[in-house]
Amino acid sequence: MKLHPLDRKLLRDLWRLRGQVLAIGLVIASGVGLLVMSLTSLEALRDTSAAYYERYRFADVFAQVKRAPESLASRIAAIEGVQSVETRVVRSAVLDVGGFDEPVMGQLVSVPENGEPLLNRLALRAGRYPQAGKPDEVILSEPFALAHKLGPGDHLRAIMSGRWRSLVVVGVALSPEYVYTMGPGALMPDDLRYGVLWMGRETLQAAYDLDGAFNDVSASLLRGANPEQVVDEMDRLLDRYGSHGAYVRADQASNWFLSNEIDQLETMARFLPTVFLAVAAFLTNMVVARLVAVERPEIGLLKAFGYANSAIAWHYVKLVLAIGAVGTLLGWFFGYWLGLYSTTMYADFYRFPFLLFRPNAGPFLLAAAASVGAALLGAIGAVRRAAALSPAAAMQPPAPPLFRRNRLFMPRLFERLDQPTRIVLRQTSRWPLRSLVTSFGIAMSVAVLIVSMQWLDAIHRIVDVYFLQAQGQDVTVGLVEARSSAAVGELARMPGVLAVEPMRTVAAKLRSGPRVVRDAVQGVPARQALYRVYDAQGAALDLPPEGLVISTVLAERLAVKPGDSITVEVLEGRRPVLEIPVAATFETYIGRPAYIDIDALNRAMHEPPSVTAVHLRVDPLFATRLYRELKQMPQVSAVNLKSAAVTTFNETLAKTMLIYVGFFIVFSATLACGVTYNAARIALAERARELATMRVLGFSRREVEYILIGEIGLLTFVALPLGAGIGWLLARWLVRAFETELYRVPFVVEPSTFGWAVLGGFLATLASVLLVRRRLDRLDLIAVLKTRE
Amino acid sequence: MAAPGTQRAVLRARDLCKVYRTGEVEVHALRGVDLELWPAEMVVLLGPSGSGKSTLLNILGGLDSASSGEAWFEDHDLTRQDDRDLTRYRREHVGFVFQFYNLISSLTALENVALVTEIATRPMEPEAALRLVGLGERLHHFPAQLSGGEQQRVAIARAIAKQPDVLLCDEPTGALDSQTGVLVLEAIERIHRELGTTTVLITHNAVIADMADRVLVLGDGCIQKERRNPQRRPARELAW
Repeated sequence: MKLHPLDRKLLRDLWRLRGQVLAIGLVIASGVGLLVMSLTSLEALRDTSAAYYERYRFADVFAQVKRAPESLASRIAAIEGVQSVETRVVRSAVLDVGGFDEPVMGQLVSVPENGEPLLNRLALRAGRYPQAGKPDEVILSEPFALAHKLGPGDHLRAIMSGRWRSLVVVGVALSPEYVYTMGPGALMPDDLRYGVLWMGRETLQAAYDLDGAFNDVSASLLRGANPEQVVDEMDRLLDRYGSHGAYVRADQASNWFLSNEIDQLETMARFLPTVFLAVAAFLTNMVVARLVAVERPEIGLLKAFGYANSAIAWHYVKLVLAIGAVGTLLGWFFGYWLGLYSTTMYADFYRFPFLLFRPNAGPFLLAAAASVGAALLGAIGAVRRAAALSPAAAMQPPAPPLFRRNRLFMPRLFERLDQPTRIVLRQTSRWPLRSLVTSFGIAMSVAVLIVSMQWLDAIHRIVDVYFLQAQGQDVTVGLVEARSSAAVGELARMPGVLAVEPMRTVAAKLRSGPRVVRDAVQGVPARQALYRVYDAQGAALDLPPEGLVISTVLAERLAVKPGDSITVEVLEGRRPVLEIPVAATFETYIGRPAYIDIDALNRAMHEPPSVTAVHLRVDPLFATRLYRELKQMPQVSAVNLKSAAVTTFNETLAKTMLIYVGFFIVFSATLACGVTYNAARIALAERARELATMRVLGFSRREVEYILIGEIGLLTFVALPLGAGIGWLLARWLVRAFETELYRVPFVVEPSTFGWAVLGGFLATLASVLLVRRRLDRLDLIAVLKTRE
Repeated sequence: MAAPGTQRAVLRARDLCKVYRTGEVEVHALRGVDLELWPAEMVVLLGPSGSGKSTLLNILGGLDSASSGEAWFEDHDLTRQDDRDLTRYRREHVGFVFQFYNLISSLTALENVALVTEIATRPMEPEAALRLVGLGERLHHFPAQLSGGEQQRVAIARAIAKQPDVLLCDEPTGALDSQTGVLVLEAIERIHRELGTTTVLITHNAVIADMADRVLVLGDGCIQKERRNPQRRPARELAW
């Protein structure tokens, strides 16, 4: 095949410009890679969870009751739209795993003894289901089993109804219901301290005195059924059996976490690639504009030979397409790899039994279209200029740029500058737009760094406010059900306990007009010493004697403000319906809590003082003994250690977020290098003649470098604070965009983050300037001087 | 003008050779040039294009290195100096004027000259240099605001403002019409007269040779002919 001479020229141009093509290619690749990664892992997460839910028949509607007769199941099944119903016994229990001192909590979930459950089936990873007539057989959730290195044949103990039972592991499984396994009161999964155990239905019924009854029901729906209607019907049926209210899959804890994660990935898929592709567009513009300027005579000649304007335009469009293709291919490769990596990480974190990473062409094509589109958009001006050049004018050298003396900008100061510095200042101010855009490109890399590292600051702030400042307790002991406040005194007398504080949590429906939120109301002392009500600003709040103090997220959901009243439909005890005024609202990072004075709550419930949890401050010397004794207490349903919570919080984030921050640091370095390398190369190309002249006039290499480096340095100098500002704004915006009901990432940018980001931008600039400096050293003085500009 | 023999030569070349290799082709630009330039002498190097005159000038000016032979500036062997020494040599001793002026477009006429005086060891005032070339009125114009002849005169002022020992001019009138060219030559002549700078002027225009003390005719990389003008013709009498 014979190449058209213009195409041959194109290939040689690409080769000649390879450094710059690669630099732009890498920026495009970063954008494409991020886009492909986000979209493919988004798709994989969605496909995997959908397939998992489907294959293992994850239910659509859920409800917990205190105790309901089995006969109710058929009435639930008769609700219009319900496909199948599964009733279960679900209880929590304290476990004892050999070799682990701290208390371990388990969720005991019943499975039929005669075959697989209808809904919420288990993905058995090892072993088998428990058999009828073997009441001590149990299946462990895989993360818990792995954390404790337990497998079929191993033993552990559980307190069931106040008695220690020895259990034998017969299987290890995953469940669509526990993709995200989190204990009560925890913020992150802690596989060492919380696990799910599946046991035979009869065993659990017997242990918890639920013969012929259930306390947990889930239902799947027919296609097209209205879930809300089913929830209402179920509520109607279950109300008098101590239901806390039925809820749909979207509110199911594990699924809710998963959806939050998917939402965040979507935000990322929109935001970051856009930044990179915008910068890529600008870089393409810079390079193509320069190429057209340099090739003016050739363009004129081609036109004189009879090439049409469209042929000239197409020639440069092909160059842009080639640059776009380089970036896209690299980006596809990065993106596929990153997508697989991050999906694998998600699968590991979320515990899917299988992974559907089968990216279809969609994300790749979308990314290619976006990147090539951005590059073309960037180059369109330069291409049009090339096409519009008249042949006669093109063959004339362009008129030398007209500079003006600076009369506005501190002329006195300017007069005192040496000539090289004046060159730098005049060059940058002669093309202010281009200078500004270059600065803007470098600034964006600093901004991306700030946005990435801001997460770390935010997490430190969350840990600081949520755990270190607000929580003065070491251990929180959850009780099986509301106990009289005598339980507080009992715990206070246990070994090593220095201080105690009661808490009462009541499940309720909070209603304001048509808006309903199913949530808990937490009763705490008006002035708390251990578990403090803290707002996001880090101020402790005292509770008023009457009225609710609710988080702003909840206030927004219910559209209420201080002074308004909320209808609180309590879902336990005598199930009173209360009208309680909102006394105050406060900002929180995590959850959407509602607090009330514990005495006021007890009065409203028409019950003697009761507690559901007790916070303890503990002398660490006695901790082991205390844990041992807590394990023996039948009324204890949960023991949460603050130190463990902080550790898992940090570990989980280190596993996920830090890795992303690492990626983003690499990406923003690419961005900074791409921009500065191109800017420096173009500055070098444009100044080669002048720089060579200065060398001839007796300026040393270093003195000549000053001009080139000075220009990039000046632009970087402007870019760094600009980037800090843009980063601040973007971080603020992104923090809002990432807000979920579960948590609000605080907007904190520590001074050190600005410092690191600015240093990063500076180093990236330095690196590309050093690369270009080598070319400056090889400048051919004679050749440059002999040719006419 | 000093007579040969009574003084030391400013620049000397012995058997100077220069071979360029481009791919497989060897081009012998200089084939054994011997030459001496005396203080305050004005020499014209005459020759067709490709005769090696620019190569010779570049080596003498410290811009290029010889393949063999010697080139001496006073008692410094230029062929043995490294980049740093050559930079210092150019900075302190040599003034260059090129066919295409090579002014810095972002600096005014005055600033272009000051660019050099700021790094020179015994410079004259930039204004004085510009007045010497007749541009005392256009100090604050940028290159884009000056005619070709004016730009070339700024280049001359820039070259001589450091008070160099040698002024090397490579086709200084090559890009100019004859009238403007004469103005530029007059500037060079005046500099030579007033400062006594050893001046080498490359041209392929035989008429210009009449303003020199000595004319060296180059061809095929060798000095083929040397002649001494009995009397220098003033630049204003030249025409082509």
